[in-house]
Amino acid sequence: MTNVELGLPALPAPPYPEEVRARLAADAAELIGRYPQARSALLPLLHLVQAEEGFVSPTGIRFCAEQLDLTTAEVTAVATFYTMYRRRPAGKYHVGVCTNTLCAVLGGDQIFAELQQHLGIGNNATTEDGQISIEHIECNAACDYAPVVMVNWEFFDDQTPESARQLVDDLRAGREVRPTRGARLCGFRETARILAGFPDERPGANDESGAGGAPSLAGLRLARGEALPGTPGAKVVSPRHEEPLHEEPLHDEPHQGEPHQGEPLQEEPRHEERGPEAKADGQEGTEA
Amino acid sequence: MTSAESAEKLLTPVLSDPWDDSRPWTLATYRRHHGYEGLKAALAMPPDDVIALVKDSGLRGRGGAGFPTGMKWQFIPQNDGKPHYLVVNADESEPGTCKDIPLLFANPHSLIEGMVIASYAIRCDHAFVYLRGEVVPVLRRLHAAVAEAYEAGLLGRNILGSGVDLDITVHAGAGAYICGEETALLDSLEGRRGQPRLRPPFPAIAGLYACPTVVNNVESIASVPAILARGKEWFKGLGTEKSPGFTLYSLSGHVTNPGQYEAPLGITLRQLLDLSGGVRAGHRLKFWTPGGSSTPMFTEEHLDVPLDYEGVGAAGSMLGTKALQVFDETTCVVRAVTRWTEFYAHESCGKCTPCREGTYWLVQLLRRIEAGEGVDGDLEKLLDIADNINGKSFCALGDGAASPIVSSLKYFRAEYEQHLAERRCPFDPAASTVWADGPRPGHQSATEREVHA
Repeated sequence: MTNVELGLPALPAPPYPEEVRARLAADAAELIGRYPQARSALLPLLHLVQAEEGFVSPTGIRFCAEQLDLTTAEVTAVATFYTMYRRRPAGKYHVGVCTNTLCAVLGGDQIFAELQQHLGIGNNATTEDGQISIEHIECNAACDYAPVVMVNWEFFDDQTPESARQLVDDLRAGREVRPTRGARLCGFRETARILAGFPDERPGANDESGAGGAPSLAGLRLARGEALPGTPGAKVVSPRHEEPLHEEPLHDEPHQGEPHQGEPLQEEPRHEERGPEAKADGQEGTEA
Repeated sequence: MTSAESAEKLLTPVLSDPWDDSRPWTLATYRRHHGYEGLKAALAMPPDDVIALVKDSGLRGRGGAGFPTGMKWQFIPQNDGKPHYLVVNADESEPGTCKDIPLLFANPHSLIEGMVIASYAIRCDHAFVYLRGEVVPVLRRLHAAVAEAYEAGLLGRNILGSGVDLDITVHAGAGAYICGEETALLDSLEGRRGQPRLRPPFPAIAGLYACPTVVNNVESIASVPAILARGKEWFKGLGTEKSPGFTLYSLSGHVTNPGQYEAPLGITLRQLLDLSGGVRAGHRLKFWTPGGSSTPMFTEEHLDVPLDYEGVGAAGSMLGTKALQVFDETTCVVRAVTRWTEFYAHESCGKCTPCREGTYWLVQLLRRIEAGEGVDGDLEKLLDIADNINGKSFCALGDGAASPIVSSLKYFRAEYEQHLAERRCPFDPAASTVWADGPRPGHQSATEREVHA
């Protein structure tokens, strides 16, 4: 009888090398300890093995099953349900373009089409150099910043086809890019480790990029009596608006981050110094 | 009257109040804004009184369904010998919805304080935040804020010397809209595929690990501290009689200034547009959603509908998540609905046949209509399939999938027919983009300045 090749991985999958297994088992034990019942740690464990290999491999599935006393079939059933678990390696930078209705209409469709063309790859594919993978994503809860692009699940808001092309070019060239909301990018695997439940330990990462952009603060500003673009007759009460305009990055290259390179926490000491004053006039606090 | 004056009168920043202060995600800043004072007030009261207070305040769920929060807490059986759990639904994924993510990014402590109060009230010593996975910046801030709260004695053993214990576990999801449905969320949190459970039993009786569980939306829980600190009368003084309080309205789409607008319940879209700069210059409103894509769409004729639970319901839709997605006359309604339907088909969990099969076939029909390849009878077929999903599927995802189809055919049937008659889409997608008329005035630079300054 001839063998029919189904393209399924041979079982059982090979285990991790012993030193990897031991290291991950210690991480797994910590995650499992956070839940009243061990199986609750399955999603975190799948993020953990994705952090190890850049995707959820049969070996990773075997590892999760062993840690939780489940079958690999049970783990596979869960892993394949959730779209963030990849069955093929992601690029170092995983780029998601929102093409749900609102972002799509506001330009996400064009951004995604142009990015695919620019990179020469299709949906859910990775560039040959392994740097960039792209996929179209569903609504990422940032509609007031549409069109939205995510890189390793950090926000790159208010994108245009030009800014998105520049973004991936910078990523491939190794130039630093800054999310509009989020911290300096780390690789896809490091991001997966944060998702597993191990906090980002890079100093200052949590404080990067402020409390949100103009949309997050739009209503608050109006309530403070400030004007928004296109709203008439309001007074300006915040020192925010007295900041020199030359600090603004140009509209068409918003993600280069050059003006701020090498001084990511420049604002920090000033915030600390201003803390006590802000106490008195929280209403006119500095921008984040 | 200028719109600026009305803005100051109409808007009521409570949750968003600290957001323009320095580093509002830190405990120090939150304390400057009366942070954790609501908790102190709560700990000075018996737990049942806290439940009664929240119930009397009239606070209703901000995640879509509008169920009274205090009543959910009251359903938890006491002295039953079982552990109780609080699970916060931070799986914000409903298309158009973007309130919990900015809230948690700017000030995660408001949620943590609310969680301690709620846990104290329902006698729970282990609470969970189920955060959707695709928002690492928020996860980072939640991790840090929880650590900060432990360090300050606001979590852990013997909180503020009260004898109350609480642990919070921050749990990241992995990309599944259905996990916003509370019972699917619980299955997911138990390490399973996120598929909805049959109810009853409701989570209050058999939730996480089959124990009594409260599942609340982020904004609902984050609204609790202010009620404790400032009282139920203050809260009831805002909003309308049946929909008291303040809430975050998220304006997005073809508007001059998209963003978060915190206002008393009952404000109208006309008021919000008037004070925020209106529909983008040179265009007019075509259709909008009051609370995400699952809520039947509205048109210009609904501009004066009070955006509270009753007002929107009476006008034939739902307040939902108050995600006000605004589309102007350049937008093809068939395209918009096709995209939403593709979303529901992609996110259908597959458990029940009407939703799994129905959403698939809706997508096939809509794609061919949009491409100009529709045939006579397609519109009737769309409505027929939608009718076979709505009310007949296992959970609300199916109902949500039917909403945009039924409502768009109600208001824009002629546009569908035009696609059939002309055998093409009569719209130019390029005209709908943000850059179609040049950059949004001032918007980009303001964003960049704040983010990077």
